Amino acid sequence: MTWFQKWRRGEGAQGLFLISPTLAFTLLLLAVPLVLVVALSFWTQDYLTLHRTFTMDNYKTAWSEPMYQYLMGRSLKISMMVTAMTVLLAYPVAYFISFYVPPKRKAMWIFLITIPFWTSYLMRIFLWKVILGYNGVVNGSLMGLGLIEEPLSFILYNQNAVVLTLAHAWVPFAILPIFVALERVDRSLIEAAEDLGDSKLRRFFRVTLPLSMPGVIAATIIVFIPTIGDYVTPRLVGGPNGLMIANMIELQFKKANNAPLGAALAISAMAIVTCVALIFIWMNKKYIRGAK
Amino acid sequence: MLGRGHFFKWYMGIFLVFLYAPAILLPVFAFNDSSVVSFPLKGFTTKWFTVLQTTDSLHVAVRNSLMIAVTTAIFSTLFGVLAARASTRFSFPGRRSIMGFIMLPMVLPEIIIGVSLLVVIIQMGFELSLWSIILGHILICTPFCIAILSSAFMNLDQSLEEASFDLGQTRWNTFWLVILPLVMPGIVASLLIAFTISLDEFIIAFFLAGTEPTLPVYIWGQLRFPQKLPSLMALGTILLVLSISLLLIADYFRRRGVRKTGIENSGGFL
Repeated sequence: MTWFQKWRRGEGAQGLFLISPTLAFTLLLLAVPLVLVVALSFWTQDYLTLHRTFTMDNYKTAWSEPMYQYLMGRSLKISMMVTAMTVLLAYPVAYFISFYVPPKRKAMWIFLITIPFWTSYLMRIFLWKVILGYNGVVNGSLMGLGLIEEPLSFILYNQNAVVLTLAHAWVPFAILPIFVALERVDRSLIEAAEDLGDSKLRRFFRVTLPLSMPGVIAATIIVFIPTIGDYVTPRLVGGPNGLMIANMIELQFKKANNAPLGAALAISAMAIVTCVALIFIWMNKKYIRGAK
Repeated sequence: MLGRGHFFKWYMGIFLVFLYAPAILLPVFAFNDSSVVSFPLKGFTTKWFTVLQTTDSLHVAVRNSLMIAVTTAIFSTLFGVLAARASTRFSFPGRRSIMGFIMLPMVLPEIIIGVSLLVVIIQMGFELSLWSIILGHILICTPFCIAILSSAFMNLDQSLEEASFDLGQTRWNTFWLVILPLVMPGIVASLLIAFTISLDEFIIAFFLAGTEPTLPVYIWGQLRFPQKLPSLMALGTILLVLSISLLLIADYFRRRGVRKTGIENSGGFL
């Protein structure tokens, strides 16, 4: 038997053979298009004709124009606020399910938490508009209780509304990885800390939290990176001051007919978000090492 | 300990209200006898559902979406089966990075996927059609299918396969007679999840829709007209009931699959 025949019958070849259709599809529809978008960001467009000469102009515009700088900064801020709120909301839920719910009921609780995620995406955002609106549910009930005299106007059509709506949409995605990480925490380590005289709070910060950190990091990445690309939530509940970079990207690709600038904005946003995420992971590694 | 349990009870109560608020309000407004979507409620009616029956443009959008969702479910499950089987059964060079790459659409902003597919399709000189949306949807659904199918394949006992070989079955027969029946519940769950995701997906569909709208693209267009809102609430209610039923069915199959392989049930989807 030649080495080739041996290799063909081996595990490696069989695995590669099996995975090749999926891999080819992803290469063709993800890698190739992404490369093309990068290329496009270095080209220029003039109405409908594309000029394929290399230029940095799109990036210069994307990084120096005050409007884009401002939008990018705001989007980054909103994404960070959404991530922080989502993870803070999700952690106690995951903790409750992992530590307080009997094992037989855990699957049911996880199911209960994922159900709202399957409500129509557009309807869900629209209903937040109804809940937070001038004549909405929140204002209606607060006025009914006599807590406020006039409807609150600061809760809709601004960044707070965007943060709240996005946090609602992403919270199941944050609960799941944190829950999985908490399930993996060895309970005897917590008992050991208890036996050694650590208070509940110290026990949590010195044992449970560091051990569940991989789940928190996964949740952060899963929420932070995709939120930068949402243009529906800002459009529906954000008002004029709640628009994000994705709205601008959409505008450049569709109405403004400047796909190269849109591509440069999209790639810049992705690059910034990836850098922030990497810094966060690096800082966490230091924190976990410090705790040891 | 009692004090802490108390805190969690309150916290979970408030959290569930926050989580379920939109899902509960949707049917409330769908049956509300008022052309304005706000409180106070006016009375009970089913007229918004009858409005839906006579809206032809909606029916076209529903047909398009069903076609896309069914095609997406079949292809992404097929790709998912191949990838999940390969990654759980075989070790091959570069397995981790290949799997990481295939799962990438799960964390990539959807706008990036929409934009990049739009660029490719236009550069290649193709027309935007329902097929462009299908390609985008297969791309984002495949990672979800892999996540579900991987746990189905991982729970397989390899000795069953070896027993089948020892009894003289071919590789092909072993797959059809032993492996496939055992992972069938996972496959059904994967089909249903991909169908549900595709049916509801808006961001990619909006970028890649040509002249033919999908259901979410249709809804987006209608959200601008205040007089259309109550019937949209009725539509949303139907979609909610539909996705929850599909999900319950998917979960039933997933549990059955877990039971079949004889491993303790823990956790839900994803």
